[in-house]
Amino acid sequence: MKRKRDSIGFLSSLFAIVVGLLVGFLILLVSNPSQAGAGFWTIITGPLTHGSKGVGQVFYYATPIILTGLSVGFAFKTGLFNIGSSGQFIMGAFAAVVVGIKGEALGGAHWVVALLAAILAGAIWGAIPGLVKAYFNVNEVIACIMTNYIGMYLVNYLVSTNKGLYDKIHNYSKSVAETANIPKMGLDKIFEGSSVNGGFFIAVIAAVLIYLLLNKTTFGYELKAAGFNKDASKYAGMNEKRNIVLSMAIAGALSGLAGALLYLAGSGKHIEIQDVLAGEGFTGISVALLGLSNPLGILLAGIFIAYITAGGFYLQLLNFSTEIIDIIIAVIIYFSAFSLFVRVVITRMQKKKEEARTAEKGGKK
Amino acid sequence: MDTLYLVFQQTMFFTIPLLLVALGGMFSERSGIINIALEGIMIMGAFTSILFINLTQDKLSGQVQLLLAILIAAGTGIIFSLLHAFASINMKADQTISGTALNLFAPAFAIFVARRIGGTQQVQFKNTFRIESVPVLGNIPVIGDLFFKNTYITTYIGLAILVISVVVIYHTRFGLRLRACGEHPQAADSVGINVYKMQYAGVIISGALGGLGGLVFVVPTSTNFNATVAGYGFLALAVLIFGQWHPVKILGAAFFFGLMKTVAASYSAIPVLATSGIPSYIYKMIPYIATLIVLIFTSKNSQAPKAEGIPYDKGQR
Repeated sequence: MKRKRDSIGFLSSLFAIVVGLLVGFLILLVSNPSQAGAGFWTIITGPLTHGSKGVGQVFYYATPIILTGLSVGFAFKTGLFNIGSSGQFIMGAFAAVVVGIKGEALGGAHWVVALLAAILAGAIWGAIPGLVKAYFNVNEVIACIMTNYIGMYLVNYLVSTNKGLYDKIHNYSKSVAETANIPKMGLDKIFEGSSVNGGFFIAVIAAVLIYLLLNKTTFGYELKAAGFNKDASKYAGMNEKRNIVLSMAIAGALSGLAGALLYLAGSGKHIEIQDVLAGEGFTGISVALLGLSNPLGILLAGIFIAYITAGGFYLQLLNFSTEIIDIIIAVIIYFSAFSLFVRVVITRMQKKKEEARTAEKGGKK
Repeated sequence: MDTLYLVFQQTMFFTIPLLLVALGGMFSERSGIINIALEGIMIMGAFTSILFINLTQDKLSGQVQLLLAILIAAGTGIIFSLLHAFASINMKADQTISGTALNLFAPAFAIFVARRIGGTQQVQFKNTFRIESVPVLGNIPVIGDLFFKNTYITTYIGLAILVISVVVIYHTRFGLRLRACGEHPQAADSVGINVYKMQYAGVIISGALGGLGGLVFVVPTSTNFNATVAGYGFLALAVLIFGQWHPVKILGAAFFFGLMKTVAASYSAIPVLATSGIPSYIYKMIPYIATLIVLIFTSKNSQAPKAEGIPYDKGQR
């Protein structure tokens, strides 16, 4: 039964992707008919046409959004909508950058400590909406939106007023020490010239860990139970308040880790002092929805979205703006919300088939 | 005194769009449909109407142009919100997912089209809509300075919509039916109310007010539109909850937010605050921290419509 539900979910995601790409093609066609075919081909194959570097870049883009996707998806599984990934992401990034700049004495353990700091910062920032939800009944969506803005302004404030962290000329954070960058773990040999690094392996490990946590532990079962039916899980003696706080803290930790993996990638990223929320958090929502909140689905969805985003960059060569990719992703998410509809259609088709089969059998008798 | 007037006038520029959009959200949620897409609806409404202003700049100006732009903004909001209505009512989709999709779509679409038409993603416009002083009323001492100077026609439209909303929600058959659908759709259905129709009405109203709110937000605060409304759609959601789904309380919440935003945006022009030495980031954070704290104290007895967010299924009892 479970397998059947999964396969229908997969089909509805596939249906959404096909519709999304079709809409993208239509928009290309309307805006510039002569280049539409070439443009569409670029979206589909762009990242594969630049050798191993192009493929490596896809994994590099995928790394943070797999983690923010896990963050949102994990919270979904426990019945919470973590729209606060963006704030948790930037808090994690900030903690990682602080350790990255100041912690040179740590030597070989430098990057590990930086990652741990980011996980902690993200967890604390995620726990805030969890706490106010559990103890004061504050809607977590609104609390998350508030913590997004507070986190963004707080990081901007802390960086720009701290001489040790702030690069005034470029209006962004100073570069982290070499030792804080995540080791390449051999990926630079395979994908020469790209920015992919060991962070991708960390993202994959995180996906596996979250899968095990949700499906193979009592704790994960409790969290999911709260997501399915809050009252029933409370009746069964589970500590629902504690579970809400822990769910949000874990979700926050994943987003915080995402921030660290992006800013310690060794690709020259700095925290820019702008009044703009981190986009990775919102992309995480798309990734989680497309991946049906399943950790392994999220892994694939993250790579898929990174893939077409990379395709969008090459699209600029044909004078199309990259926003077409965002439109395609939006359409995909919109149609993935129709999963119930797809399920009804599929089961109806299966029923018809079965009816036809039994009718045939009856006829032979 | 001049500073006080300035702060008040500025506060209205921030308050009115929040009020409009939160009222829109109220109509939708009262019918049982959560509309998290308000941000996207605002962007779409602002985009088409500002584009209209940009394209008709040579021929039109002043209040006529603004009124036409208002109609276009509301119309765009309605059309765009129909996507949300279709997904959540007909397809029984998860309302947060559908709303999130629309929020993703709107800025991307606005930038894409703006680039296609004008080459850049910004849409410039000439602001010919400011009313220096309303004739006669502007000369009244104090009240004239507060309400009838340095203002926009949209401020009065916003306040009029507030009054209309109170009447519609609490004193008409339509309002009663709408609220019934948000509280207990099965019961509403059993007495012959078409729940789907009422929910469509709720979402459409939220689309119209959301689109209008987008335009009203951009006009006084900028001279170009850059495919963003700076998170105001999300803030309007907070205002809605803060205001406990009640029109008059929503006005209070919107005003509180507007005041905080004004302090953050123009604290350097306010002598007391300018000399206090508190960094601007603190002021920018205050509205969000304050909202969180207020919600902590008010959410225990949440007045949220009971059936909101749950797709209505006729077969379910």
